[in-house]
Amino acid sequence: MTSLLETSGLSKSFGALVVANGIDFRLEAGARHALIGPNGAGKTSFVNLVSGVLHPSAGSILLDGNDVTALPQAARVKRGLVRTFQISALFRNLSVIEHVTLAIAERTGVAGDLIRPAGRHRAVVEEAFAVLETLGLAEDALRPVSELPYGRQRLTEIAVALGLAPKVLLLDEPAAGVPAGESGVIIDVVERLPPDIAVLIIEHDMDLVFRLARRITVMVQGTVLAEGTPQDIAADPRVRQVYLGEHGPR
Amino acid sequence: MAQILSAALSIGFHGLAFAMVLYLISVGLSVTMGLMGFVNLAHGVFAMAGGYVMTGLMSRLGLPFALALAIAVTGVALASVVFERLLYRRFYGGAELDQVLLTMGLIFISVAVAKHFFGSQAQAMQPPLALSGRIDLAGRDFPAYRGFLILCGAALVTALWLGLERTRFGAQIRAAVDNLRMAQSVGIDTSLLFTFAFALGSGLAALGGGLGADILAIDPNYALENLVYFLIVVAVGGLGSIRGPFLAALLLGIGDTAFKYLLPEFGAFFIYAIAMGILLWRPRGLFGRA
Amino acid sequence: MATARPVRAGLSGPAAASRDPVESFVRRHRSRPLEALPWLIAIACYFAFPDYDALGAQIFATILFALSLDLVLGYAGIVTLGHAAFFGTGAYAAGLLAAHGWGEPLTGLCIAAIVAGLLGLATGALILRTTGLSLLMQTLVVSVMLYEAANKARPITGGDDGLQGMQVWPIFGRLPFDLFGRTAYWYCLAILFLGWLMARQIVHSAFGRSLVGMRENPARMHALGAPVGRRRLILYTIAAALAGIAGALIAQITQVVGLSSLGLDRSGAVLIMLIIGGVGRLYGAFIGVPLYMIAQDRFAELDPTEWYFWIGLLMVLVVLFARGGVLGLVQSRLRQ
Repeated sequence: MTSLLETSGLSKSFGALVVANGIDFRLEAGARHALIGPNGAGKTSFVNLVSGVLHPSAGSILLDGNDVTALPQAARVKRGLVRTFQISALFRNLSVIEHVTLAIAERTGVAGDLIRPAGRHRAVVEEAFAVLETLGLAEDALRPVSELPYGRQRLTEIAVALGLAPKVLLLDEPAAGVPAGESGVIIDVVERLPPDIAVLIIEHDMDLVFRLARRITVMVQGTVLAEGTPQDIAADPRVRQVYLGEHGPR
Repeated sequence: MAQILSAALSIGFHGLAFAMVLYLISVGLSVTMGLMGFVNLAHGVFAMAGGYVMTGLMSRLGLPFALALAIAVTGVALASVVFERLLYRRFYGGAELDQVLLTMGLIFISVAVAKHFFGSQAQAMQPPLALSGRIDLAGRDFPAYRGFLILCGAALVTALWLGLERTRFGAQIRAAVDNLRMAQSVGIDTSLLFTFAFALGSGLAALGGGLGADILAIDPNYALENLVYFLIVVAVGGLGSIRGPFLAALLLGIGDTAFKYLLPEFGAFFIYAIAMGILLWRPRGLFGRA
Repeated sequence: MATARPVRAGLSGPAAASRDPVESFVRRHRSRPLEALPWLIAIACYFAFPDYDALGAQIFATILFALSLDLVLGYAGIVTLGHAAFFGTGAYAAGLLAAHGWGEPLTGLCIAAIVAGLLGLATGALILRTTGLSLLMQTLVVSVMLYEAANKARPITGGDDGLQGMQVWPIFGRLPFDLFGRTAYWYCLAILFLGWLMARQIVHSAFGRSLVGMRENPARMHALGAPVGRRRLILYTIAAALAGIAGALIAQITQVVGLSSLGLDRSGAVLIMLIIGGVGRLYGAFIGVPLYMIAQDRFAELDPTEWYFWIGLLMVLVVLFARGGVLGLVQSRLRQ
């Protein structure tokens, strides 16, 4: 199996503070991979490095066999490397459907068009609506996201990511901050993601992790502590120690 | 050769005096912008107010120089607290455009008010007898008052820096500029800190305005005319920094004097070009946080 | 993933179209009857106020200037205190052409647009890489540098006496500019109309929508793969060209160009006019500019200092209580 995403020796330090220490990581097509670890382990920094928000101090990142280490974030997105944000990074006053049309317009190159009204690009709008329907957001299409409950805002984040037709999707705590009643929908959506996309989820909620993931990587202080199937990880004494028995499969 | 040295001395002397005035006025602005995240274009109004109060007290009530200056400084500092509490603090960390518009409006109001009460003429400032007259340096004649400005400025700057390094207040300011949330979680009352810092900055501006009335003329358009220079000192020096604006003030003060003396046909053009160059090279300023 | 759409199936006919979210989104850019209002008013004013043609022409040119600022500020979110740099450059370009033998107005406009646009491209490429105070400062410094250059280049620009000796030819060889301003009125109105069409097109285009995204959340736009820097630069250049055309219009109809066309006062004034009308709503310029300029015309009899006071006070009040300007107030009333 060729890997879609591969990092080798990926490292990042801010002076004396090391947030990533020689991380080797692989993600195959169709993967459902979870990245877990205590707070401050460097999980979000890893996503920032892979997506291009942070520039590594050392190491390389390969996307579908191509070295993207030197590419800026926007270029990586164009090659199918998409991420969501842990704290919703949406456009407060824009409608839900507008969010997804922006994403699709960027992907299809329509967004550079100065002349034709945005609405004329029907195909873009129709595709956006279709994405909203699969996520159950269709009835909120025209509402500004700031009016939506937080759970549906998180869904909009995922809708935007899907609009970019990702090959590799990095979900940074998709259910974080969502009230218990609304998180079920998000979990459903993640379960129903297209099977060919490689998905990496950062999560703290162990129930979610053990339900969704086929492989788990445990990170501690910027290094990979363990990697394997959920059963391997649950049985690993080092992982137990790191979590001090606070979490675990129930 | 002697002529070149003489010219250099003259430029250095006048430039240094100018730099001191610029620094005293602008250091408060640097702190306001760096600490409170507030783009206060109207900072020059405090300097102008200091100048007007001081010259007014001296000419209309016949008060002596030092006393008039002291009253002007404390008066402006206290008045600035009213502004800060009632008006400015709503906009801290807010949209930059709002701050720009608000403070521009305040400048316009200040222009009208100054003109109404004091007329359009620049206020004459008579330095005290002890400081008027001329001093002799290396065969050239210099106004003693400017010499006083340089010494006074140097003393104030030293006091300011020591105060920042040695006092608890200074430590709190440095901590808050570095990381506001951290400072708050350590128990520093940032709200009170802001007010004190603002008052200090405004007081210093008034001091600079009063002392420097002979270099930067006190007229109704003061805040507008000198806005660019104050902003250059802060932007080139680095927001929130105390030392950065000093270097920037030296560059600007001496540089401006030099260019206007040596290449008057170009006026301030080269100074602006240099400021632009520095900002392009270091957008956060020479001593700003990256 | 694009398959059957259960929510929309079963809807048909024009009544259903307004309920269909896709349809209403697609139709957003369609002209509404209300949009003809400014033009109808402009035409009516020609007949209603025959002595004010010259003022009217200047108002139209200034609306174009404010419109270009709205693109930069309201849509791209670039806070600039130096937009007059482009206005003044256009004015001097057209002025110098007319003063040195080529007084044809329309080509003068084109050349002014090109010169101002190039300046926008060059300065934008340098300064748009930063944000915040540094960007604000750099826009200011560019503007102030140009002012100083124009001031000192007396032989070329006339310095603080202004550029004299402009000879503007009649439009199409047949419509001369006169003291009454009749030709100027329709000339400026026509150019404003064209400029407005362009601005409206940009705002409603996919490009324009992506700008709104960049204004609201630049980090997110990077994460969408958008070339943020390039888009902002393109917009800045276009806005600079439009501002240059506005400056050239004023130069041509008044037949004089002064340093004030480049100054901080000019940048500040147009910013105020736009804020009064409402930023980022396309029509703010159409409201704010006439209000300001007509009020200023009335106040001209009074002491100009008083004018400063009231404008300053108005700005403070607008920022405190009516941040969206007149249009903002109207919008919030309509919501209630």
